[in-house]
Parts: sequence; structure tokens; C-alpha cells
Amino acid sequence: MRELNLEPNIADPDGFYDELIAAHSTLSKQESDAFNARLVLILANHIGDRAVLAAALEAAK
Amino acid sequence: MASRYQTAFKLYPYEKVAAQDNKHVVRHPVVIVGGGPIGMTLALDLCQRGTPVLVLDDHDGVGLGSRAICFARRTLEIADRLGFGDVLRGKGVRWDVGKVFYGADKVFEFNLSPEAGYKAPAFINLQQPFFEKFAVEQIRKEQAAGAPIEIRGCNEVVSVEDKGDFVRLRVDTPDGPYELEADWLIACDGARSPVREMLGLSFEGRVFEDNFLIADVKMKADFPPERWFWFEPSFEGAGQSALLHKQPDDIWRIDFQLGWDIDRKVELEPAKIRARVDAMLGPNAQYELEWTSIYTFQCRRMEKFCHGPVLFAGDSAHQVSPFGARGANSGVQDADNLAWKLDLVVKGLAPQSLLDSYGEEREHGADENILNSTRATDFLTPKSDMSKIFRNAVLNLAGKYGFARTMVNSGRLSVPCVYDGLSLNADDEFGGPHISRVGASCPDAPHGEGYLLDLLKGDFTLLAINAEAPTSLEVDGIAANIIMIDRPHDALAARYLGDQKSAIYLIRPDQHICARWPAYDAAKVIAALNHACGRH
Ligand SMILES: Cc1cc2nc3c(=O)[nH]c(=O)nc-3n(C[C@H](O)[C@H](O)[C@H](O)COP(=O)(O)OP(=O)(O)OC[C@H]3O[C@@H](n4cnc5c(N)ncnc54)[C@H](O)[C@@H]3O)c2cc1C
Repeated sequence: MRELNLEPNIADPDGFYDELIAAHSTLSKQESDAFNARLVLILANHIGDRAVLAAALEAAK
Repeated sequence: MASRYQTAFKLYPYEKVAAQDNKHVVRHPVVIVGGGPIGMTLALDLCQRGTPVLVLDDHDGVGLGSRAICFARRTLEIADRLGFGDVLRGKGVRWDVGKVFYGADKVFEFNLSPEAGYKAPAFINLQQPFFEKFAVEQIRKEQAAGAPIEIRGCNEVVSVEDKGDFVRLRVDTPDGPYELEADWLIACDGARSPVREMLGLSFEGRVFEDNFLIADVKMKADFPPERWFWFEPSFEGAGQSALLHKQPDDIWRIDFQLGWDIDRKVELEPAKIRARVDAMLGPNAQYELEWTSIYTFQCRRMEKFCHGPVLFAGDSAHQVSPFGARGANSGVQDADNLAWKLDLVVKGLAPQSLLDSYGEEREHGADENILNSTRATDFLTPKSDMSKIFRNAVLNLAGKYGFARTMVNSGRLSVPCVYDGLSLNADDEFGGPHISRVGASCPDAPHGEGYLLDLLKGDFTLLAINAEAPTSLEVDGIAANIIMIDRPHDALAARYLGDQKSAIYLIRPDQHICARWPAYDAAKVIAALNHACGRH
């Protein structure tokens, strides 16, 4: 089982953050909520590992 | 005696019997209260085994209107063992494909039997009254051939007294009440179970705040026999979800999810229902309303199914939402599980403690069904804003990406229960295939001109595949049937051998696997058989 990585892991943190916010810039609150939900599902599926996902759910609390 | 519903088929009209003279109280080995699908399946199984059984039902036949329509492969396999599988398949509409729509768009479709090599289809659709009628017709055949069974219609159980090692019942009839006694009382009296009430036993669980409208319509239509399910349908007045599914005799089940705050009387007005159906089928559709009803549902079970001489089976013991078709299908598995155990106990071949395993195994089954049914319901009726946002996100993604399709839950359809890790299991000494592991029900497979399950007729069975085995086996009064297979069909080899060369399976009377080994070892087989009968 892999562990949830909570150490810096994205090469370009400012660039990613920018892109994330930009993705929402033209969306209404409702559209943003839907977008976020789709994004969570896509990322979760990519991770796949149930234990890592459970740890992420815990870490986000 | 008040009748709670109209009957579709009068199958057991009231007849006065001698026991009603109240001069002496007759003791029966097994009394079943309730002649629904579960009571009748159990009665049929018991009488075929030669255990005398009396069924008491408060009506004279099967209730009008179909609740269940989807009968699963495992139910058909059990019915096959009991002799009425062919008539079910003959009348039912076979289906394998389901399509899921979100709004007007199809997001995906699934096939429930991707693999060939099973006698029974994944599902048939058949109105519940036919299931019950065919079970009773089979009982009548057994009865004519001398099987010890009696059905008493218009016999309403009005009181039950647990006397420790037997039960005393008071039964009301059109000629007044009488009393009788039972060594074992099996309560198959439905979700509202009067027996459960009379014994003061609780039935806890979750109520779902939603109403579903059923409109069974009769029409000639050329939709395929598939399960079509819409989330947030685009047609007017359909509510949160809708379902279209074919039944025999040109009847179609239509279901609309109406939400919680509704006026039932208004919603049941034919004009109102027709407006909804017109919106779904188009203004030119020609149809008649065959049967309509509004239902709400709950997911709950009794804490224990066994209470001394009183055992509960079917809806009296557990209730789920219809999404997943797990109600009658799981109840039939209760009957399948209980019949052989009760038969051995009544005949003195197994200790009463064997019945504890009925509780253990079927409570496990009920938990699995409640879990699946609750999850489906939460997907259909999201309980919070965020839950709805995620639900719709899944549906959106499902049109594009495979991973999201696996999360779409319009009901996880009934599959056979596996008794993983439970008490009656014995050795799993062999790296055989997962689907035929100890605790599973035997997967069917082609064999000779027919199918493997045709050979598993309700006794213990020793199945030897490419292995030596004795030609007969009897363990302290319990005989096992022996099946030797030397050249297994490919599908049979895949399902029972995997990458192993040979196998010995010990199979219970309900076709669940007790134990398996690479080769025959008499001591191990005898120990496993004794263990499966609760004899230590
Ligand atoms: C809308 C809907 C759709 C469904 N769809 C499906 C489906 O597709 N597939 C599926 O598997 N399941 C389905 N179900 C569930 C299924 O209908 C039930 O699980 C099934 O009927 C349970 O059978 P039973 O024999 O336990 O109880 P019941 O069918 O309720 O039978 C109980 C019997 O006991 C009798 N009785 C009651 N009290 C007494 C008394 N005091 N004395 C004597 N007799 C008595 C009653 O008259 C009745 O005959 C559905 C249910 C609903 C509501």
C-alpha cells in the first residue's frame, strides 16, 4: 500500500494554483461546484488506491 | 375476517377441515404462516424432502397487482431445483441489457450476462402473481404424488404463543377460530408480519423519504426488453427518475420518482397518471392502465431471524428498496437456505443448533442487500445539496469516461449471496477459482447435453473433477450424491478448476460449496459434511 503524500509533490505549485483558479474564473458558483465535483472524481479515480483515498478524506477534514 | 386485498388467482379456496372442531389440538412438525413467494417456495422444498408442512394464508390466493417483476438467475436456479424453473422461464421475459439515461441522453449501457454457459438468464421479468401461481401449481403436483403438504386458505393467524419447544397458534376462519400447535413455526407473513408483532419483536431501520408511482400499462410497443432508467428525465412530470421495463403479455412497468411531499390521492388519479405516461411515451401512444400504485420504502431487518421455535424468512425478516430487485430474490434464498436444515432437524439427523446457521447466513445476506439497496437509494435520492452535485458529476462523466460508469447506481441488481467466512464452511484447500470458493453457490456450467446444476437436486453432493472418488458416500444417515466428471466442458473447467488439474467439491443441498480439495480424502470429506450439518 502506498502512503498519502502530503509533502510538496507538484513541480510548479504557483503555476498549478493559477490554472486551478483560472478554470473557475468564468463559472457561476453552481458551475464551479459541479466542476469541483468532477475534478475530485477524476483525481480520485487516478489515485485508485482505497487506502490513499481514505487517508486523503481524513487529511482534508 | 376482513380481506386486505383482492386476489388475482384463487389458488387455495377456503375449506373447512376436521381440526376446526376444537375437540383436540393437532400438533404439526412445521407450520408456515403466509403463502407469498417465500412461504410457498419453502413449503415446496420441505414437502419434496418428505417433511410434513402446513401453510396458513389469510387469503384464498395470490394478491392482485404485481410488486416484484425482476427474478434473478439464482431464483431461477432454485426454482429449477424445485421443478418450476421451466414454467417461469417459459412465461417470463428474458433480459440482460440495461440502459441508463441522464436527461435525454444515454450515458451508458450494461450487459448482465457477458459470459455464456448458464442455463438461467441473468434475469427474467414476470409479474409476482405468476411466480406464486407456478409455485403453488408445483406444490399441487407434489401433493398429488403424495407429498405431505396442506395449504389452508382464509386461515388467519391471530395469536401466537411461544411455549419454549413448540408454538401454539390461534387461527381465524370464516367458520370461526380454532387452535393448533407447531414444533416449528416459520413466519413468512410479509413486511408487516403479524407474527413478529404478536411476539413483540422489533424491526428497525431507515425510512426513505420518497414516493414512487408504479404504472403498469398494457400496450403493443416495440421497445426492446431492456431495463431503461432515466435520471432527471427530460419528459414532463416524470420527477427525479423514471424506469421502463417489459413484462409478459404486453405489460410494461413504468415507475416515476415523485418526491416526498405529495398528495397520494391526487397523484393516483388516472388522468394525472396518463399525463405523465403520455409525456414519456409520446402523445400517440396507445395503452391501458393495468395496475397503479404508490409506494414508499424502508431498509430494515430483524436483529435475529431465529427466536426459539419461531423462524422468520422473507420480508417479515428483512425489507429493502426495490432498486436492485433484492426483495423476493433474497427471500427465495432464505427458503433455499432454511429448507434442508429444517428438514434434517425435523428428521433428527442434525441438532437444532444447525438452524442458528440459517440466522447467521441469511442475516449476512440481508446486511449485504440493505447495504446495496441503501447506497442505490442515496444515489437516486441524494440527501444533501453536495450529494446531488456529486451524483450529477458522476452522471456527467459517465457519458465520457468508463471509470464514472462504475459509480452510476440505479440499483445493484441481485446476485447470489456468498457465505464468506461463516460457520458452516470447511476447508478451502486449493487455489481454485474465486467464483467457486467455499461459501459461494455453485456457478452453473454446461455439462453433457445439459447443465451442471441440473444434477444438483437437493442432496449433499460430492463433485469429482478429474479426480478419484468413491461411488457412494453416506455419513451417519446422510447420503451424498456423487458426480464424476472426467472431461469437463471448458466453461466448467474455468469455473471449477482454474489452473488446477483436479478437484473435489463438497456441495450442500442448497448448492452452496462446503469445502474443496485437490484430491479425495475420506476423513476430510466426512468431517466437512458433519460440520455443514452442525454435527461435531
Ligand atoms: C414496488 C415493488 C417492487 C418490487 N420489485 C421486486 C423485484 O423486482 N424483485 C424482487 O425480488 N422483489 C421485489 N419486490 C419485493 C417483493 O415483492 C417482496 O420481497 C416479496 O413479496 C416478499 O415475499 P414474502 O413471501 O416474504 O411476503 P409477502 O409477499 O408479503 O407475502 C406474505 C403473505 O402472508 C400472508 N399473511 C399476512 N399475515 C397473515 C396472517 N396473520 N395469517 C396468515 N397469513 C398472513 C399475506 O396475505 C401474504 O400472502 C418489490 C416490492 C415492491 C413493493
